[in-house]
Amino acid sequence: MAGRSSGRTPGGRTLYDKLWDAHVVADMGEGAALLYIDRHLVHEVTSPQAFDGLRLNGRKPWRLAANLAVADHNVPTTRRDSGIADPTSRAQVDALDSNCAEFGITEFRMSDPRQGIVHVIGPEQGATLPGMTVVCGDSHTSTHGAFGALAFGIGTSEVEHALATQTLVQKKARNMRVTVRGAVGPGITAKDIVLAVIGRIGTAGGTGCAIEFAGEAIAALSMEGRMTVCNMAIEAGARAGLIAVDATTVDYVKGRPFAPSGADWERAVAAWNELHSDADARFDREVEVDAASIKPQVTWGTSPEMVAPVDGRVPDPAAEADAVKRQGLERALTYMGLRPNMPIDEIAIDKVFIGSCTNSRIEDLRAAAGVVAGKRIAANVKLAMVVPGSGLVKRQAEQEGLDRVFRAAGFEWREPGCSMCLGMNADRLSPGERCASTSNRNFEGRQGQGGRTHLVSPAMAAAAAIAGRFVDVRSV
Amino acid sequence: MQPFTVVTGLVAALDRANVDTDAIIPKQYLKSIKRTGFGPFLFDDWRYLDPGDLDIDPATRRANPDFVLNQPRYRGASILLARENFGCGSSREHAVWALADYGFRAVIAPGFADIFFNNSFKNGFLPIVLAPDEVDALFREAGAADYRLTLDLPAQTVTTPSGRVLRFDIDPFRKDCLVRGLDEIGLTLQQADAIRAYEARRRAEAPWLFA
Repeated sequence: MAGRSSGRTPGGRTLYDKLWDAHVVADMGEGAALLYIDRHLVHEVTSPQAFDGLRLNGRKPWRLAANLAVADHNVPTTRRDSGIADPTSRAQVDALDSNCAEFGITEFRMSDPRQGIVHVIGPEQGATLPGMTVVCGDSHTSTHGAFGALAFGIGTSEVEHALATQTLVQKKARNMRVTVRGAVGPGITAKDIVLAVIGRIGTAGGTGCAIEFAGEAIAALSMEGRMTVCNMAIEAGARAGLIAVDATTVDYVKGRPFAPSGADWERAVAAWNELHSDADARFDREVEVDAASIKPQVTWGTSPEMVAPVDGRVPDPAAEADAVKRQGLERALTYMGLRPNMPIDEIAIDKVFIGSCTNSRIEDLRAAAGVVAGKRIAANVKLAMVVPGSGLVKRQAEQEGLDRVFRAAGFEWREPGCSMCLGMNADRLSPGERCASTSNRNFEGRQGQGGRTHLVSPAMAAAAAIAGRFVDVRSV
Repeated sequence: MQPFTVVTGLVAALDRANVDTDAIIPKQYLKSIKRTGFGPFLFDDWRYLDPGDLDIDPATRRANPDFVLNQPRYRGASILLARENFGCGSSREHAVWALADYGFRAVIAPGFADIFFNNSFKNGFLPIVLAPDEVDALFREAGAADYRLTLDLPAQTVTTPSGRVLRFDIDPFRKDCLVRGLDEIGLTLQQADAIRAYEARRRAEAPWLFA
């Protein structure tokens, strides 16, 4: 039962249905299919064992041009001319270099100006295109769904499978739509929207689903903002986030190095204009959020769903009736060193991290620079750092003078990489340190053992750097 | 891949919801380029009182006596009992490798994060979803000494020491691969002609995807 006809979803189709149907190589029954993979992004952490598997079995990559590799997790964000000091980090980056050279895979090496976070460089290069299936051994692959692409994170066994066969065996997910109605207020960003959504539906709210983000507030976002929203779909439990293609999408893609041109461009745009849910498409679950009600968000706990508006308070576990949830709250407050009912804007911080695949693009840096311009970081802030998402983002920011704005305010201006989002390189929190971070996960130990992470937007992180505690960016 | 048919084993109960993959295996161990050797670092931040790294011998570290897996009664456990949304967060397959390397063959929970769930099946490791009230009951019973369950994958059942039988669902393809220990890549390559036919058709309608 190979072919598209066997896989076509009946009736009005969602964007996810359309993307799924277009990539079915073989229907495997029970809602499963062999799906074709158009783009495979590769980084150094989740690929070495997959390349070993290919070697052990005498296999080769199925279609070399589908792959693009970059080292991002282990790279230093300080000076790079002397290489990577940590021998285990160096060995992992060296392994990616040698694997890509051996198998013939295109790689942006650490010295390449195009190097950066895999989820920043894919779209930046036009390697991520509407209508594609995009996979990477990284859960934040959901980012690329902002382009109307079916993009999801995979484990290392699936990295090997994608390399060897250009396909993956997948079970079709359920369709969920989150509609953000109306317009957000001034100072409210994509990060606030997605944190508010996660606060509403929970970190398992999208499990088993592909979430399409829709509504006026989503349509009004730039591509950078849309990537921020889809990036954190995984934090709501959904492997894939999706946003319909529109003029914003097409304008962003046009002219990028890997994007089609000439007659192919016209054909591609015509095809991409179909990449939206039909008016009569059926969703298994619908959630609506009123954009105007969203305030700047700050997480206070050890899961992204533990979030509150900046004018809110840390919750009181005593008010929670469910025993498992109460213990979870108590544990989170103990780990975070916070008191029940404490106002969010009384939480003082030690460090500020602006970066990660969630918020390290040019628009994020502009927003943060706008807040810190002409000011200085507070005396209690030990370190404030900006880590651009790619070498090209860094270059553009420098051309706009943003690096000088950040440096003048007391920030460090670093080289691109994943950095302190997870601290696989040298950038991490010490035990007990509290960080305002534009990243995506506030799990225990995520930014360093014993470190305390509060997730916020770039503008909110910048405002916290200046005030030394969380403040409502709308009032500064 | 190690086949999974029937496993009878000691149950360790980890009574926490939303156990994320950063907790299962912290970042510093992801620098290893091997698939094995992660067992001593499973739940590292909870299991030890002092910080660890790849080049620190776990035997020299201070175990946290309050962490469940450090209790002598759970030594040799091969079945982990967990709460909702187990394995959320990062896609790192190292989380499954660490659980398997430690000696676990299966996790029972009311729900799993999708990527972790998917990764499990590639490693002869069985994630079993049971209803929340069934999991609650197992948590209550698992307080007993030497509490063992029998997991029968072909029959799709969990049997308690008292003889109570709980059924679980599993996708037939995944079950077949697990029971027979099949190499999924080898299976897919049997469909090489279908993949090439898809590529030929797709190349004609969307050539920019193959540039």
